[in-house]
Amino acid sequence: MTNHWRDIQHADVIMINGANPAEAHPVGFQWFLKAKLDPRRGIGRGGGAKMIHIDPRFTRTSAVSDVYARIRTGTDVAFFGGLINYVLEKNLIHHEYVRNYTNASFIVKQGFGFNEGLFSGYDPAKRLYDTSTWAYEGDVPAQAAFERAQKEIVAGGHAPAGAGAGVALAKRDMHLEHPRSVFQLMRKHYSRFTPAMVASITGIPEEQFLEIAKIVGETGRPDKVMTIVYAVGLTQHTTGGQLIRSAALLQLLLGNMGRPGGGMNAERGHANIQGNTDNAISWEILPGYLRIPAPGQKNLDDYVTQSAPKKFDANSWNFFGTNYRKFMVSLLKTWYGDAATDKNEYAFDFVPKPATNSSWISIYDQALKKKMEGVILSGMTATSIGPDANQVMTALGNLKWLAVMDPLPTTSSEFWRRPGADPKAIQTEVFMVPSTHWIEKDGSFVNSGRWMQWKEAAIPPEGARHDHWVLADVFQRVKKLYAQQGGKFPTPLMAMTLNYKDPAKPELDELCQEINGFDLTTGKRLDSFGKLKDDGTTTAGDWIYTGSYPEAGNLSKRRAGIQDPKKNDPTGMGFYHGWAWSWPLNRRVMYNRASADLKGKPWDPSRPGIEWDMTDKKWKGDVPDYPPTMDPKDPKAWGPFIMNGEGVGRLFSSSMLDGPFPEHYEPVESPVENPLHPKQSESPVVFLYDKQGGRENRFGTAKDYPYIATSYRLTEHEHYVTQHVPALVGLQPKPFVEIPEEVAKERGIKTGDRVRVSSKRGKLEVLAVVTKRLGGLEVNGKTVYHIGIPIHWGYVGIAADRDPTKGANWLANALTPFVGDANSRTPEFKAFLVNIEKIG
Amino acid sequence: MARTVGFFTDTTLCIGCKACEVACKEWNQLPGHAPQFGDGYDNTSQLDEQNWRHVQFHERTTAKGGVAWNMMSDVCKHCALASCMEVCPTNAIIRTEFDTVYIQPSVCNGCRDCIAACPYHVIGFDEASGLARKCTFCYDRLQANLTPACAKACPTESIKFGDLDTMREVAGARLNQLRGQGMSEARLYGDKEYGGLHALFLLTDKPEIYGLPPTESAVLPSRNNVRGYLGTLVTAALGVAGAVFAFRERGGKE
Repeated sequence: MTNHWRDIQHADVIMINGANPAEAHPVGFQWFLKAKLDPRRGIGRGGGAKMIHIDPRFTRTSAVSDVYARIRTGTDVAFFGGLINYVLEKNLIHHEYVRNYTNASFIVKQGFGFNEGLFSGYDPAKRLYDTSTWAYEGDVPAQAAFERAQKEIVAGGHAPAGAGAGVALAKRDMHLEHPRSVFQLMRKHYSRFTPAMVASITGIPEEQFLEIAKIVGETGRPDKVMTIVYAVGLTQHTTGGQLIRSAALLQLLLGNMGRPGGGMNAERGHANIQGNTDNAISWEILPGYLRIPAPGQKNLDDYVTQSAPKKFDANSWNFFGTNYRKFMVSLLKTWYGDAATDKNEYAFDFVPKPATNSSWISIYDQALKKKMEGVILSGMTATSIGPDANQVMTALGNLKWLAVMDPLPTTSSEFWRRPGADPKAIQTEVFMVPSTHWIEKDGSFVNSGRWMQWKEAAIPPEGARHDHWVLADVFQRVKKLYAQQGGKFPTPLMAMTLNYKDPAKPELDELCQEINGFDLTTGKRLDSFGKLKDDGTTTAGDWIYTGSYPEAGNLSKRRAGIQDPKKNDPTGMGFYHGWAWSWPLNRRVMYNRASADLKGKPWDPSRPGIEWDMTDKKWKGDVPDYPPTMDPKDPKAWGPFIMNGEGVGRLFSSSMLDGPFPEHYEPVESPVENPLHPKQSESPVVFLYDKQGGRENRFGTAKDYPYIATSYRLTEHEHYVTQHVPALVGLQPKPFVEIPEEVAKERGIKTGDRVRVSSKRGKLEVLAVVTKRLGGLEVNGKTVYHIGIPIHWGYVGIAADRDPTKGANWLANALTPFVGDANSRTPEFKAFLVNIEKIG
Repeated sequence: MARTVGFFTDTTLCIGCKACEVACKEWNQLPGHAPQFGDGYDNTSQLDEQNWRHVQFHERTTAKGGVAWNMMSDVCKHCALASCMEVCPTNAIIRTEFDTVYIQPSVCNGCRDCIAACPYHVIGFDEASGLARKCTFCYDRLQANLTPACAKACPTESIKFGDLDTMREVAGARLNQLRGQGMSEARLYGDKEYGGLHALFLLTDKPEIYGLPPTESAVLPSRNNVRGYLGTLVTAALGVAGAVFAFRERGGKE
């Protein structure tokens, strides 16, 4: 989240897309209802926030929303594109914000284009874009002047601005009239998304779309604000990144980013998935969102030049780009200690530079190609998670060994003896490593709102070891083997620094200190990433967490909360800076410089984020996402989005693989053609694993699989682990699928009947729930229906043990496609094709 | 310590999360029935000796042709004029110092008259102990000045707990707010029924939708209710009368 849970109470409009917060986050949902009950919130004269739910399914969230619109899954780019077109054409955007706080005024280089569903630079053989035409036109005189000034600064003995990241000042037209300005290109791009086109793609009738657009359009006023809440309903598509980006573009146009009650708010699906992401659970990043080094990068200069954002505007601080090297060197010093010196580029050579993609699906793709020997699973079960669970099980069966670290049996630890499988035919040696449950250990959770909150162990562990102790022990043993037997390039392994009291049993408190980082000259813990250096004198295991554990102690343990709101929340805005700690630097709303106008006055004084205090000459309110004493009236004052090379929010970006503007593409399995460009129906840059791997096609068509399916969670269960919890199994005892009344009638299915749902990849045999909440949609001249597929069941747990089938064919992900987002490769769990029939 | 307490359940804030059901079972150490598939979302199905809170789900078509999904966390109403108390032959059912209705396990003889008499089908018979059981309003928690488990766990404050007078005020204000927003179907249930319930409900549809007897028939034909007594001239045993109400109510259920 750019904002946080408590902040949602400040919204006038709550737009929920691809999320089901009432079911997935019932506790956080209290803030949605608080906004709805608050008469100061809402559009027009208020009377309570308007809650809009856009989803293929009418859920428990829809039940308490003001407006519910059924949308065809995976078409949110068209929905948001329609809203973008509406607010541009009706002139409802926040002009001052768009002009000054976004890159609307930037001029794009000649040669950029979009035609028949393809942006310029497409290479059909590689199925990739050359993004060099998605660049800004350089401002030659400004660049020359800047470089002259830099030389003088360097000659004077000072470090140049934008060190290492590079400077490429772009041409701007502050009138937003230049035909190649981002603003005009954007207007042209989205002019195709008329209400009629939106209806024909999404299935939302024109009239209802316009009703929603009217509400949304009101939040372009400075005294109104909208929050957009989303979850994996937007993420888990082949166009996932762009679905989210399209919503962010709308928020920038309406001036809703950086403001209390606004922002783009991702709801995370586990208690600590935010912490996981921040600490590099994704293969393509290092901790703190530094990019993984790429092949060919010979030294730190290569790495920084190719990874860090460039400075595109004289008023851009380009904080990330400017400090990239410091963050990287401090990370290398954390990992390799004394072995990282200025002589060896701080051991940059020790970090792997993967030549191939190593994302989730790619792991099993490698195993399918028999290029993988073993897998260690911790805190998740690959078999249930999918996608294409049958193919994942084939992949696991190709391994020599599989180690499952879990407190309880999982579908992965049991995959070799699942119902219907022949254990003799599966040669994988499976190790069950009993690990502690989070209840049995201390440590922190980082919630969706970036709050790092410490917890203590509730009960002592019994017969199990912590995951991090298992890994530490394995590491020590591997190291010993290297020492005894040698091996290829052992140096990085031998040089790895483990400054713990017991390197085989590190304490989480020690890890937190390591993540925070130290000043090596004093041995003291740092209180800000602003103090990190690139000369090897500082460490930071994850620079965005520097400041979480200063000399004053572990700030995630703080609990100054609602017991004394006057003292703990002096602004009344619910920041509670003394409650736990949020990254970065305990800031509660990111990009909060954009909550105030150019002079530093809040756009809406009744809901201030930060405010320039002219007397004290400093920013007040939330922890500013800005230099705390930078006078906004200074002509050299930085732009509000300090992390971007532009210094402003990006409506146009060259950092996505699938386009500088979000475009609507159909899911890989879709019942209709893309009405915008039928020749380029799906994303042109999606990676097709089975095809590239020379395997048989596993995608189905509407001829055999006429219904759209989408998978999801229910409030009663937490993924798969709660299949071991009697009270929750009692609330949701059996797997089921939800079927619209019309389909049920056609297929002669009643609630409680056993049905078979099949896709090209597998089948699911569970109970039917017939409902009015899933209805038909008219898209592109065709009526289409969704089948709803809850994910929680498998062949492990109380329900499976009690069932005569023992949970055979209960894995929802047996149906889902082995394909993911063009950028992140996140699987397309939310849109695929199935058929359904009654069993017996 | 003595006070008159009440619940106010605002169904417009209920998200059907069933935290109340789980909290109730955990606190009161109710193991629950063997898992049984109901209709996908409501697998608890009813209030009884194991289920002292039950979240109802009602899917229906709205006047405008859209879909509505009404959810309500149901509970013992702790009626001012309680049918169960009236029929209990051993005086096992008492009114506590909190003005709640409580079955004393040590006095209950398991005759089941109360089960037949309850117009809300709240009470169930526990085979293991041979006793009638239902919501105690967390009597033990009230004695320790704690909020009942269900209200404490409710994440959206759909279930509110407090002094009954306060609950009435809060409910009235919320009703006015909803009516002001044009929700003409919004109504309060529990103000008049059975002499006034200690569990008030804000509904967005007719009580029958939620399996509640309509206000006009929610009266106790007993010596405590002169109008009911005169109106129906009931002279038969109160247990029989209770059963009649029970059947009438069942007939009205969807």
